[in-house]
Amino acid sequence: MDYTSTVFVFTLACFIGLGVIKGVSRLLHTPLMSLTNAISAIAVLGAILLAGGEHSDHIHLIGAIAVFASTVNAVSGFLITHRMLGMFKSKQAIASRKQP
Amino acid sequence: MNVLASQAASVVAAIFFILSLHWMNDPRSAARLSVPFGSLALLLAVVAAWMRPEVVTQQWIVMAVIAGIAVGVPLSRVALTAAPQRTALSHSFGGLAAALVGAAKFIVWSTEEPAQLTTFRTGAIVVECLLGSITLTGSLLAGAKLQGLSWIPQRPIIFRGQIALNLSVLVVALALGAYVVVNPTAPSALICLFVSLALSLIFGALLILRIGGADMPTVISILNSYAGLAAVAMGFALDVPLLIVAGALDGASGLILSIIMCRAMNRSFTNVLFGGFGQAVQTSHQQETRQYKAETVEGAALMLEMAHSVVIVPGYGMAVAQAQHRLRELYDQLMSRGISVKFVIHPVAGRMPGHMNVLLAEAEIPYEDIVEMDELNPDMPQVDVALVVGANDVVNPAAKESKGSPIYGMPIVEVHRAKSVLAIKRSTSPGFAGIDNDLYFQDTTFMLFGDAKNIVGELAKRLAVDEAQTAHAM
Repeated sequence: MDYTSTVFVFTLACFIGLGVIKGVSRLLHTPLMSLTNAISAIAVLGAILLAGGEHSDHIHLIGAIAVFASTVNAVSGFLITHRMLGMFKSKQAIASRKQP
Repeated sequence: MNVLASQAASVVAAIFFILSLHWMNDPRSAARLSVPFGSLALLLAVVAAWMRPEVVTQQWIVMAVIAGIAVGVPLSRVALTAAPQRTALSHSFGGLAAALVGAAKFIVWSTEEPAQLTTFRTGAIVVECLLGSITLTGSLLAGAKLQGLSWIPQRPIIFRGQIALNLSVLVVALALGAYVVVNPTAPSALICLFVSLALSLIFGALLILRIGGADMPTVISILNSYAGLAAVAMGFALDVPLLIVAGALDGASGLILSIIMCRAMNRSFTNVLFGGFGQAVQTSHQQETRQYKAETVEGAALMLEMAHSVVIVPGYGMAVAQAQHRLRELYDQLMSRGISVKFVIHPVAGRMPGHMNVLLAEAEIPYEDIVEMDELNPDMPQVDVALVVGANDVVNPAAKESKGSPIYGMPIVEVHRAKSVLAIKRSTSPGFAGIDNDLYFQDTTFMLFGDAKNIVGELAKRLAVDEAQTAHAM
């Protein structure tokens, strides 16, 4: 890809991001942060190509540390977001659970 | 064919990421869809990358992924009061990954294919390394402060010439980075990149030294957007559009949250990062000892029982005392009497955006009764009792009334306009901003001194006893 088109992608993604995030419920700012954290663990793509590419073992090691850090973010980020989102309950949901 | 499949996977992943965030607009759709779609997208992208022909050895990746899962799963089970620390740690891991990938890519290209190091690409690598390292040490230090580790004080650390020192470290790091961009293939470029990296690591730590607890929501949001932008820079360096999209989403989210936090404190980014809030605030301190009215649990319970409408304002003190479950008991007692109860949340209450909401949701308080301060402030004069639990600066009327106050202009939960106020406080000491709170000396305010968890628990118990007695009498 040439540079102009990557810059183009970035510009559009920023506008989409700002639009989408503005709509996020204010109740959910903490899970929002852990969700975007997990999403940005997509950096693992760059790390995989280093850890698995045709490189010296030094580079493999650096790549593996980066894969490790990103995996921790992805796994813990998605799991804790799921856990937190499951806690937000409406009156109806709480009432219906109390009646067996 | 393989290339086509991997490109299709990354388009689908980008769409799923956007949808995943879009569904966060409502708690119901968020709980059902956001995480499944987000994680599916990441999985797709990872598998597509792993299948690429450039990946020739597997063992490093497999080991790292297994180790990552082994650490990630327990990290997702921390208590939610520790959510800010976990978030800070995860920002620092994001920064670490970005800085490592950037540096390694530079080493590979400069030794094997110097032609790859175009100005644009080198620029992206340098930005990636610098943002990544600032985020790494900055977030680690923020996490340590949030965790309350003993080697680092939670209050801001300020010394003479600090801003000059910080700025000169940053300027040298940027100058070295610029040198690398201009001369990417010079023999000294690699060394310059490393020195610049090291200086950025130092700068990240220096930046956070000045930050106190009350500013953490803003700072965590800013670090969040840095981590996102570092991923964007990685996407530019490696020519991976999916990285650019995901990083931009993360960056946008961090940016919007920091703007909301700054507005909620009536401060600017620069003021948060260089202001040293909570330090050396010595405004016209009135020397006369003023009188506050202390109230007993029995008296407070009676006030609550007589009320038609109650608002509860939780602050970081509620989280520290772990009082949220007791608050739920109190909420149940009041609701069973037909009293209207709302929880009012200030955007910067707690140590990260939305912190209070999660803690209240964990205690099974329905989200319909958790409201924003803007929604409730106009109705405040109709509120019979405002119960303040471990909040201080966010209910300080000085923000409205006294022009000399450091928090003047900050939007607050206007409990001072309620018919009466019950304030639970551990001690008479001032809050994070180090400012006296006139609320406590108001005619309509009654103080309950002690541990928030105990007091709220006793209030709930008292109300339960009263109810049993009434039932008995009938």
